[in-house]
Amino acid sequence: MKSTRKAYGETLIALGEEDNDIVVLDADLASATQTNMFKSKFPERHINVGIAEQDLVGTASGLALMGKKVYASTFAVFLAGRAYEQIRNTVAYNNLPVKLCATHAGLTVGEDGASHQMLEDIALMRVIPNMIVLSPADEIATNKIIRNIKDYNGPVYVRLGRSDVPSIYTGNEEFKIGKSILHGDGRDAVVFATGYTVHIALEAMKELKQKKVNIKVVDIYSIKPLDKETIVDSARKAKKVITIEEHNVIGGMGSAICEVLSELLPKKVARIGIEDKFGKSGKAKEVMERYKITKERIMEEVLK
Amino acid sequence: MEKLQCICKEIRKNIVEMVNSAKSGHIGGSMSSVELMVALYHNIMNLNINENGRIDKFVLSKGHASPVYYAVLASKGYIDKKELLTFRKIDGNLEGHPSIKTNGVDVSSGSLGQGLSIANGMALAKKLDDKPGFVYCLMGDGELEEGQIWEAAMTASQYKLDNLITFVDYNGLQIDGALSEVTSPEPIDKKFEAFGFNVININGHDIEEIINSINSIKDLRNSKPSVIILKTIKGKGISFIEGDYRYHGKALSDDEYLKAMKELI
Repeated sequence: MKSTRKAYGETLIALGEEDNDIVVLDADLASATQTNMFKSKFPERHINVGIAEQDLVGTASGLALMGKKVYASTFAVFLAGRAYEQIRNTVAYNNLPVKLCATHAGLTVGEDGASHQMLEDIALMRVIPNMIVLSPADEIATNKIIRNIKDYNGPVYVRLGRSDVPSIYTGNEEFKIGKSILHGDGRDAVVFATGYTVHIALEAMKELKQKKVNIKVVDIYSIKPLDKETIVDSARKAKKVITIEEHNVIGGMGSAICEVLSELLPKKVARIGIEDKFGKSGKAKEVMERYKITKERIMEEVLK
Repeated sequence: MEKLQCICKEIRKNIVEMVNSAKSGHIGGSMSSVELMVALYHNIMNLNINENGRIDKFVLSKGHASPVYYAVLASKGYIDKKELLTFRKIDGNLEGHPSIKTNGVDVSSGSLGQGLSIANGMALAKKLDDKPGFVYCLMGDGELEEGQIWEAAMTASQYKLDNLITFVDYNGLQIDGALSEVTSPEPIDKKFEAFGFNVININGHDIEEIINSINSIKDLRNSKPSVIILKTIKGKGISFIEGDYRYHGKALSDDEYLKAMKELI
C-alpha cells in the first residue's frame, strides 16, 4: 500500500541523482505533494514559488525553455484549475517539456472535501493540443511513468492521488505513452479503469470469477493518447463495456473511450464516475461509496 | 545614437505598414516601445548563440506589441523584411501575437501577465548553471493589473534574480481607457520597490537614457531584480493618435494611413 504521490516523490529523488538537469517546482505544498523529499536532497534544484500556481507554471516554462527537465507539482484543483490558461498558452502552445504532476486528484482526497477534490482535470487537460495525460494506478506504475516522461520533449499531465492504493504491478510491465495494460481475458464484460479505480476493478474481477462470470480489466493509464487498438479489440470481444474513474463522467476517461468507440465500434457503454456533481468531505473510502464508485457498482453493471 | 534613431524611424514605418496591410493589429503600444526595442536589439543584447540559444533572452510579455517585435527582428535579419507584410495573414508566419515558431522569438506570448514568470524561469536556469547573460522582459502598464505579475515579482526577489531586467511601457493607457479610470496599478514604482526591485524611472523615448540606464543596472548585480519604468506616449510618432486609447488595437483608415506615413518620413 502506497499513495501514488509518495511514489512520485521517491522517484524524483532517484531521477535527481541520475540527471543534473532535473528541476522540481512546488507551490507551498511540497510536504503534501512529496516533492520535499527531493528538496532535502537537492535544495538548489527545488524551487518553491509560494502559493502562486500561475507563477509556478510560468516559471516552470522558463526553466524548460533553457533546457531544464522540469517537474511542477501542486494539488490538481489548483494546477489544472487555477493555472489552466497558463498551461494552455505557455506550456502547451510552446510545446514545452514541463511535467505537470498533480497530486490530490479525485474524490479520494477525502476529508478536505469538495473544494479540494478535483473531478474535472482529465477533461480540462485532454482537450489541450500537445498535452499528454497519464494516470498511474499504483506505486510501480507511477515510478515507471515518472521515469519514462523525463526525456519526453513535450508537456505531460500526470494525475496522482493522495490516498494509499494497493500494489498491482510487479515491475516487469512497461508503461509507454499511448499504451494500456490488460488484466484477465474474460468476455462477459470489459472494464476500462484508470488511476485509483484500477484496483477496484480488479477486486470486482476476482469476485465475479467466483460467480463464474469472467471479465477483463484494462488499465487506461494513458488517457491521451489512448490505446485505441486495445480498446476496440477488448470492446469487440466483450458483451458489456464499462468505464470507471473518480472524475466527472462528462469529459473524463469514460468519455474518451466513448469517443473512440463511437467512431470505430459503436457500442453501449456504462460510465461509472461522478454524475456531474461536486464531492464532499469524508474518509476516502466513504466518499467513494457515497458516490458509488465501487466494485459493487461494477458487479451490478456486469450482472445487469 | 543617430543611427539608432534612424532605425527607430524605419521601425515606426514598418509598424504602420504591417498593421495597415493586415487591417488589424496594435499600433499604439507598438509605437510606444520602439526606442526600448531598438536599444535592446541594436545595442544592449548579446545575440550570440550558445547551447541554450541566444545568450541574452527577451520575453515580450505585452505580446500585442508584436508589430514592433517583428519589425525589430526583421531589422536584425531574423525575419525577411518582405515577410512583415504577411503579418496576421492566413498563409503567413507572423501570428497576431508572437509565436515561438517565428524565427527569433524566444517564447510565445500575448496572454497578459505571464511573461515575467517565464523570464524568471529563464533567469533561474542561468543562475543554476552559472551561465552568463541577462533576461529582459517587457510588460505593459495595464498588464500590471494581472495578479500573476506580482506573484512573479515575489519570486524574482526571493530568488535574487539580478540577471533579470524588466521594463514597464508606462504609456498610461489600456484598451478601455486611462489606467486611472480602469483599475489603476499606480504607484508602479513604489509597488516594485516594495517587492524588492531596483527601480529606475526614465523617458522611454530617449534612446540614450535607455541604454545608459540598462548598462548602469547591469553593473549593479546587487542580488535584486530590476525594473525600468519607461514613461512613454502611446502611438508615439503619429500626432493624431498619440495618447488616444481608442487606437490601442485598431488599424488606421486609408486616409489616416496616408497621413501617418507622411508624418513618419
